Amino acid sequence: MSMLLASSVIVAKILLGIAMACSTYRLVCGPRAQDRVLAFDSLYVNAMLLLLTFGIGSGSTLYFEAAMIIALLGFVSTVALAKFLLRGEVIE
Amino acid sequence: MIHSPEVSTLVSVLTATLLLIGAATTLVGALGLVRLQSFYQRAHAPTLGTTLGAACVALASMMYFSAAGTRPILHEVLILIFVTATTPITLIILVRASRLRDEASEGPSGNQ
Repeated sequence: MSMLLASSVIVAKILLGIAMACSTYRLVCGPRAQDRVLAFDSLYVNAMLLLLTFGIGSGSTLYFEAAMIIALLGFVSTVALAKFLLRGEVIE
Repeated sequence: MIHSPEVSTLVSVLTATLLLIGAATTLVGALGLVRLQSFYQRAHAPTLGTTLGAACVALASMMYFSAAGTRPILHEVLILIFVTATTPITLIILVRASRLRDEASEGPSGNQ
């Protein structure tokens, strides 16, 4: 792996880490419940992108499978939380 | 640790550019999530990361691994399809829930 690509992978990891920290701030300090759900949604998308960046940096297939599972299960969990906010129960 | 395969200079420059653009766009979206005022403004910010950020990072990964030829790029295609198809559904349900909660608690004012 060339020097340019390795350093840009490191910079992208740092940027995505800051983005995850911003989402965590909104998750902890969000004034209402829908802010927290939105921040959780943003947090798992940022974690998925960070895993993709780790996968480019290491060349392993394992990271990409983990990112795909996060993309699937994160959608289900966010929809369940939003449905709970909407109706007061998840399965009716 | 598995060592990353070597690719040509053009591919590595393109991969680095797309990766940095995607990460910076995602960071801008997360900063908007922190700095914007009301929930309905904040709901717009993270979609920058889920559309342009995810597309750029997945495109960088697809370009790198198709040039290296070490693994199939099926995962990135599936991730892109999932993320692009599921983000609008999530946000529609979430904003509808937020409107319902606002009207139930304090009338139709949207702030905080």
